[in-house]
Amino acid sequence: MYLLFILLFPLALGSFLLLAKPKNAFVISLTGSIIEAIAVAYVLIQSSQSPNSLSISYPWIPEAGLSFSLWVDGINGILIGLTGLLIPFIVGSTAKTEKANNPVYQGLILAMQTALVGSFLAKDAFLFYFFFEASLLPIYFLSAQFGGENRIAITFKFFVYTLFGSLFLLIGLIYVYLRTPGEVGSSDIDVLVETARSLPATSQNYLFLAFFIAFAIKMPIFPFHTWQPDTYTTSPAQGSMLLGGIMLKMGTYGVIRLVLPMFPLGLITWGTSVMILSIIGIIYGSIIAIQQKDAKRLIAYSSFAHVGLMSAGILTGSLAGIQGALYQMLSHGINIVGLFFIIEIIERRTKTRELSQLGGITQASYMLSVAFVVLSLGSVALPLTNGFIGEFLLLKSVFDQDMWMGIIAGVTIILGAVYTLRLIQKSMFGNVSRITKEFEDLTSAEKMVLVPLVLLVLLGGIFPQAVLNYSAESVEKLTQLLN
Amino acid sequence: MTAIIALSIFGISNLFLGFWLSRKTIQTFTLGFLAISMGLTVADWNHEYLWFGNMFRSTNTSINFSIIIQLAAFFVVAFSNAFGQDDEHTHPAEYYAIMLFSVVGAILMVSFDHLIMLFVGLEILSVSMYVLTGSDKRNLRSNEAAIKYLLMGAFATGILLFGITLVYGATRSFYVANIANAIASTPKESMPTFLYAGILLMLVGMLFKVSAAPFHFWTPDVYDGAPTIFTMFMSTVVKTAGFAALFHVFSGMFGGLYNTWALPVYFISMLTLVIGNVTAVYQQSMKRMLAYSSISHAGYMLMTVSSNQASTTSTILYYSLAYTLATVTAFAIFKIVSEYQTGRVEKPENFQAFEGLAKQNPLLAFCLTISLLSLAGIPLTGGFWGKFFVFADTFHRNITYSIIVAVLMSAVGIYYYFKGIISAYFKSSEMETIQIPGLYKLALVVSTVGTLVLGLYPTFVKTLF
Repeated sequence: MYLLFILLFPLALGSFLLLAKPKNAFVISLTGSIIEAIAVAYVLIQSSQSPNSLSISYPWIPEAGLSFSLWVDGINGILIGLTGLLIPFIVGSTAKTEKANNPVYQGLILAMQTALVGSFLAKDAFLFYFFFEASLLPIYFLSAQFGGENRIAITFKFFVYTLFGSLFLLIGLIYVYLRTPGEVGSSDIDVLVETARSLPATSQNYLFLAFFIAFAIKMPIFPFHTWQPDTYTTSPAQGSMLLGGIMLKMGTYGVIRLVLPMFPLGLITWGTSVMILSIIGIIYGSIIAIQQKDAKRLIAYSSFAHVGLMSAGILTGSLAGIQGALYQMLSHGINIVGLFFIIEIIERRTKTRELSQLGGITQASYMLSVAFVVLSLGSVALPLTNGFIGEFLLLKSVFDQDMWMGIIAGVTIILGAVYTLRLIQKSMFGNVSRITKEFEDLTSAEKMVLVPLVLLVLLGGIFPQAVLNYSAESVEKLTQLLN
Repeated sequence: MTAIIALSIFGISNLFLGFWLSRKTIQTFTLGFLAISMGLTVADWNHEYLWFGNMFRSTNTSINFSIIIQLAAFFVVAFSNAFGQDDEHTHPAEYYAIMLFSVVGAILMVSFDHLIMLFVGLEILSVSMYVLTGSDKRNLRSNEAAIKYLLMGAFATGILLFGITLVYGATRSFYVANIANAIASTPKESMPTFLYAGILLMLVGMLFKVSAAPFHFWTPDVYDGAPTIFTMFMSTVVKTAGFAALFHVFSGMFGGLYNTWALPVYFISMLTLVIGNVTAVYQQSMKRMLAYSSISHAGYMLMTVSSNQASTTSTILYYSLAYTLATVTAFAIFKIVSEYQTGRVEKPENFQAFEGLAKQNPLLAFCLTISLLSLAGIPLTGGFWGKFFVFADTFHRNITYSIIVAVLMSAVGIYYYFKGIISAYFKSSEMETIQIPGLYKLALVVSTVGTLVLGLYPTFVKTLF
């Protein structure tokens, strides 16, 4: 029942905001998301003490064997936790802006939360797919209505591109589902995994591709990334946070949950090729990030590079790789939300994101600079920050798999440092420019969001063990399936 | 069975009621008539009846189809808005009467057990539609559409009849069961060749009625020229009846010759998908876009027909229902907005006429969005499960190519359906609040909620099938 609550509560509140259009949307939305976060925390504690005690299952389309079933284990628990944790910050980041009390805006964020949580919670593959696609709607409306320049064309491209990809997932799922045992079949993820593993290598090869393309577009992996920089840049800050902070993880989660255990033979065939694509993405994303003039676009490309490493680590199928990816999903979510928020703050005050026009913000706002530096270092994976743990494990796994790939992927740390430090240098240090001269310090509302995020970066870097332990058992079970 | 007698009587009485009653009252009466006939249809549930010299068989499947058809007609009548309050060039009593008659034809088409009954039903339905298409007498496009539809329809009927004759010649019977038996008991070598010719001609005749490519050329012009309310009727009632009949003929009657007709149907379904979707992309007029969308949905339904699974009947039923609800809603919004924009903008039927709809008319914009999402097959809506069941059926038969085509075309579909959503939400204009009559609003809400219920809990109706 708790699972049903954390799934439906944001939607209920979101629909209330969308329909009733109350005046104080911000307070409602923030309170709601904090209640949700507490409920999620409770669920996670419960599930770590007694796994499976929370799972629920209702018949959904019984004559076709589809059920409405939800569960929590060590893998999706992290992502549900991430969603529950980040949404209050995302809502909080609208404080004191014209979007704060826009009920449509807040309602769409909350509706998005249900879609995200639903896709992570789903134990039925078609339920997963249902939320996976449904999540496109709120984010599409959010970005297309409140976004920046050329938003209609860009968000439309995003919508069609990702939906097109997920149709491959749909037909792949149907293909496997029709081969499940029993009179009506079943679409429970465990049953699908069992069935898919016994398929011959040729089918697995095709299915692996069908599934992987869907998730590769969502993440995105080179060369399916063309929608991503534009969409991240043009979306409103909160839209970018949702996209980069949480929605991208639907793709990586899908690979961990479905692709790896379902198609071990497909992984043998395609594993190396897709790992190479992921690594190309790391290098390519980083190099383009170095050349960006727009700060938000730079973050978008950095996210593209990071997700490449996550994907490469996951595809090694090793304990370190998957654990690292899970940890990195968590830290990447926290860091990118913080970074997008800082860019948003700079843009609010100076009306620009052009690096050439910024500079010298340290002198105006000490707090902002500290926050920016800590979050960036987290993103560069400096030891003692949360990014380090994940990237270290990921690189280790890639290195164990193939030394050369590991070395090339390792370049990501250097390139990451280059573009991140360039970003800091151009915006924070240097001479005060005309438009940063009257830069105001952080307001208390902004501090309320940034300070906890900064603390989380450090906390995650110093005490990673709790999270790693939480997921360890489930990941071990998963990796046993692969050997 | 009792339903068709009742509907015929209601139709005739409607003609007389027109002398005394006001437009609104006739509309209310017609809604009542349809409600009664639906009740009578449901009363036959779980009984198998044979009527008219065993030419008419009422089964649960036929009842389901009849209900969808009457439901569609019910919505159309509710959206007809009594054909304007004081437009003396419209004649509601006649229109409603003809609509009731055509529903009789549609019910015959879904319940026939004898090919003559199929033919009679098809003709009742078609002739009614010819008349209704041309009912806007002073509009050239409406006249053109009616003539075009009549000519093309007459040819198609002729071809169908020719096919029936050949099939009769080969099997010595008009009865569905007898023909199926004759086909099953005759060895393949001794089957007369003209049987295949007959099957092919019947296929062509029926594909014309469901507007499958390459027999679709009449559809855009007729849908575009006919008054919107009758386009709504055509694209739902005629299509549902056409598919029910098509599937009954090919699965029930020619099921033994599946290998013969599957391949043409399979190719035609792919062709229909491609032509319908790709052409829809280029449309500027929403009405024409919906016409091409109706062609593309014929492609999806043909996909499941070509798979001929045990579950196909229920898939067609589900798909028809989801498609009917979504189409009715989309047309209803198109109708009210384009009527409002007539005289205000240059081209009231184009997508531009919908710009800024969401600002002052959130309900209309929301219903439009849900209906277009359903037509595009996106989760939360009935259209998604429609596609899901179609894909599942097709996969059962291992027909991979048409699934790939269908996936590609679904992505194309999103493109043109979203044009409507983008216009309504993300473009601005000076559109004011549109007055929606109470009944109209109620029907809109009901059909939209229906689409959502189908999308969230498909079992709700799936168990009935």
